[in-house]
Amino acid sequence: MAVQLASHVPKMASDDGVVDAAKAVLGDALIEAHDLVGEVTLTVRRESIVEVCRALRDTPGLEYQQLMDIAGVDYPERPERFEVEYHLLSLTRNRRIRVKVLTDEVTPVPSIVSLWPVVGWFEREAFDMYGIMFEGNPDLRRILTDYGFEGYPQRKDFPLTGHVELRYSEAEKRVVYEPVSLPQDFRGFDFLMPWEGPEYRLPGDEKATGEGPGAPSPAPAPGGTAPQNVKTPAETPKTTDKPSDTGGGAPADAQAQKEARKPRAAKAASEVSKRGSSPAKAGVQSKTKNGAKAPPGPRPSPGNRKNDA
Amino acid sequence: MTDTRTRKVEVNVGAGGQGADLATARAPGDDKLNNYTINFGPQHPAAHGVLRLILELDGEVVQRVDPHIGLLHRGTEKLIEYKTYAQALPYFDRLDYCSPMCMEHGFVLAIEKLLGLEIPLRAQYIRVMMAELTRIKNHMLNLGSHIMDVGAMTPNLWLFEVREDLMQIYEHVSGARMHANYFRPGGVREDIPPAVLDKIGEFLDNRLQIFEDAIALVADNRIFKQRNVDIGIVRRDDAIAWGFSGPMIRASGVPWDIRKAQPYEVYDRMDFEVPVGTNGDCYDRFLVRCEEVRQSWKIARQCLNELPPGPIGTDSKVFPPSRASMKTSMEALIHHFKLYTEGYHVPPGEVYVATESPKGELGVYLVADGTNRPYRCHIRPTGFSHLQAMDFMMKGHMLADTTAILSAIDVVFGEVDR
Repeated sequence: MAVQLASHVPKMASDDGVVDAAKAVLGDALIEAHDLVGEVTLTVRRESIVEVCRALRDTPGLEYQQLMDIAGVDYPERPERFEVEYHLLSLTRNRRIRVKVLTDEVTPVPSIVSLWPVVGWFEREAFDMYGIMFEGNPDLRRILTDYGFEGYPQRKDFPLTGHVELRYSEAEKRVVYEPVSLPQDFRGFDFLMPWEGPEYRLPGDEKATGEGPGAPSPAPAPGGTAPQNVKTPAETPKTTDKPSDTGGGAPADAQAQKEARKPRAAKAASEVSKRGSSPAKAGVQSKTKNGAKAPPGPRPSPGNRKNDA
Repeated sequence: MTDTRTRKVEVNVGAGGQGADLATARAPGDDKLNNYTINFGPQHPAAHGVLRLILELDGEVVQRVDPHIGLLHRGTEKLIEYKTYAQALPYFDRLDYCSPMCMEHGFVLAIEKLLGLEIPLRAQYIRVMMAELTRIKNHMLNLGSHIMDVGAMTPNLWLFEVREDLMQIYEHVSGARMHANYFRPGGVREDIPPAVLDKIGEFLDNRLQIFEDAIALVADNRIFKQRNVDIGIVRRDDAIAWGFSGPMIRASGVPWDIRKAQPYEVYDRMDFEVPVGTNGDCYDRFLVRCEEVRQSWKIARQCLNELPPGPIGTDSKVFPPSRASMKTSMEALIHHFKLYTEGYHVPPGEVYVATESPKGELGVYLVADGTNRPYRCHIRPTGFSHLQAMDFMMKGHMLADTTAILSAIDVVFGEVDR
């Protein structure tokens, strides 16, 4: 389906003849070439990416001098799940071109860092985000993710929430990593129209299935097992019996909450009495409610610290 | 592998705390201390954000720079894959937070290119005008902080005054001082009222002098020149090989400006010139940006003068109907509801749209699969390739030149780290 190109998007020199010229130069390294939405895309063999890029850069008439971008894309359902897109720019001919190679998790792509020094970080980024290997890149370290990060976050099977979260632990006086625990699930709405988009089973759909074409009334479900509605489990009513069901999470600080409930006069009195209170008493106050996540040592409270000093 | 001939000692400058004491880290009788590494950042006022540079020094001369980035990585590209097109737009404001509208520009153009959508002329003029005001706003911050990083205080304060005016224009136009979310696929969010147009005109008439005064303080200043001339020279061929764009490649003598070479919207109607440097040093980058401010001023003035009447959004299923029509038209109400829940579907395809952001080429590579959410959105940050060339630019320079080179790159980590 050819879309009429909008007139206000960046206007470049015409790509007429580029595909033919590329075919002549690249020979059987080229798998496929197409010109869609005003952009030329060449799909080439993985092994010959270095020669292809060199030819595109150095052949008179093509002259793509600059490499502007390398992007990975993940299609998990394909046998070679990753695409690597190289975006080249010709300053003299005023054109852009996209070169595409396919790869999977274990097969390395030859690095083109020998052609353009700028490639180094772009390949590092694709490696960091997708785990695409680049053979010949001398510095294939992670670049955007944290030191010691595990997994490849841009893959489609990597959860949006990630696996670990970090916080500053007052008890240990350092940043600690913990498994992600969300009081409320991450909500993903796709908002697609149910009769156009995904194959939802909406409540009531079970009445429509099981009956023959043209049947006057719904046939009884065979064996009494109604088709399970996985997406919307309306059979299990959602109630909030316990505070943990509300999604609000644990109270931030038991002590702070207790303080907040006190009348003002009592608060003032406790401020005065705290100055003289013993460190043992302050230690008891800092006990947290959720035992599983409580730090090993007693958390220092303001009163405690003052007495230590 | 580390070089075993030279003993390396870690000294923390910016980060504080963990630095090894030089005296204790040195083994007794070991006098072969040639190179040492220091940590610049991640918390350092001249690092322009959260940049960690590992500098290998020989005395005070930098031998090698290893920039560690990603400390502000928020997974923007991943988040965009989980949002509708309309919900993804505000993420672009948060990329380069010094020039928000120019970031949005790339994304809306990519969507419009995939949809094959035409937008009204008035919207194109408004976009170009706001993009140029954004360029001025960005350069006010960068030029000011560049000057301050090499030791002068006053110009920065003056330039911030201009920036503040632009922030107020932003607020009048979009409702927000920074994260505007103003450019929408199909047009712009709201029309600019006549009173605000007057205000913009007043700004354009009166405030250029502040900028000129501030630059006059330093442009010919001996100390400023000593800190910038012949620092971080990048030759023409190197600039091309390192993927430079924007003021960085122009300062190296390549007259390349996407607004001129690949004009989008109404840039081909605009009368402006592209400044080009001759030496490719920090001073040239500074002067190129100064001239760009004057040219942007001219473009914004031209847009304001020629601003045509008419609608500010397309009459299509992508752009929301007006509030007034929703009160009377059932169609408009349904349309609005659909747009803000399901959004719109973008036909399958892939585009790479590059626009001239104040810092260089901002590329948006968008893969659509025909649903209401992008399948993949890769953002080509401008500062990424410039920062990568730090090692190349810094080699053989003094430690104190780090700040000048870094400022002349005009790096913002919201965009580099995404």
